[in-house]
Amino acid sequence: MLQYLALSAILFAIGIFGVLTRRNAVGILMSLELMFNAANINLVVFNRFVGPDNLTGQIFALFVVVVAAAEAVVGLAIVLLLYRNWRGIDIDRINIMKW
Amino acid sequence: MILENLSQLISDISTQPLFYLFSFVIIASAMCVVSLKNIFHSALFLILTLFAVAGIYILLHAEFLAVVQVLIYVGAVSVLIIFAIMLTSRLASKKIEQSNEQVTLGLFICVLFLLASVGSLTYTAWNTVDLPMIEHNILTIGKLLMTRYVLPFEVVSVVLLAALIGAVVLAREEKA
Repeated sequence: MLQYLALSAILFAIGIFGVLTRRNAVGILMSLELMFNAANINLVVFNRFVGPDNLTGQIFALFVVVVAAAEAVVGLAIVLLLYRNWRGIDIDRINIMKW
Repeated sequence: MILENLSQLISDISTQPLFYLFSFVIIASAMCVVSLKNIFHSALFLILTLFAVAGIYILLHAEFLAVVQVLIYVGAVSVLIIFAIMLTSRLASKKIEQSNEQVTLGLFICVLFLLASVGSLTYTAWNTVDLPMIEHNILTIGKLLMTRYVLPFEVVSVVLLAALIGAVVLAREEKA
């Protein structure tokens, strides 16, 4: 069980690194997908090793998949909108909401 | 039926080498996802990562989730991401710098997170039980979604509808 949890921790850390260092908005969204997957692995691992007599973890992992798909759709629509208005999706340049 | 045979096969042979194979693929290709310069190549490595995560699900007896992973992530989300890369290709495909100047800081933060989480999970006493997984996974998931988890199920459909409408409204070409 510990090895699975360590795997998901490593995957989540790689996702954090991607979110912090990517300049491209699509790259940030891809790193977010990595982090969603790490969380999903955690849910399934705890389902398998802590409560194998019910399927709560797997069902919540399903809901996470659905929410991740919705997030990807809206995020990529925002990316397209940014590209249309700014001619670029460099996150460092998009700062009009900075106070 | 094929899935049950597959999981039977996997539990017959030792899962340890398969686990190490899948985790090697996951970690290596996830590092490629966050560090490659060409964003299109990182999208392809993202697909590989998601496939390997589906393999991990099969090792954990979550066959339905593995199929959902392949269908939704590998089938839909990655195609969506590749579409977005293609549509914004004027900047994405060129060999411009894809990482910002926070690489050292980001590396520091993620190593710190990794140390904290791995340390805490080794020092925690998990009360694991050694029971076999429920037989007929898919049947049970379907029943639970229609009985005990019917309210989250309906709410998540509303979330999908909202995401659909939101994406259409956002990405629509404004007629001036």
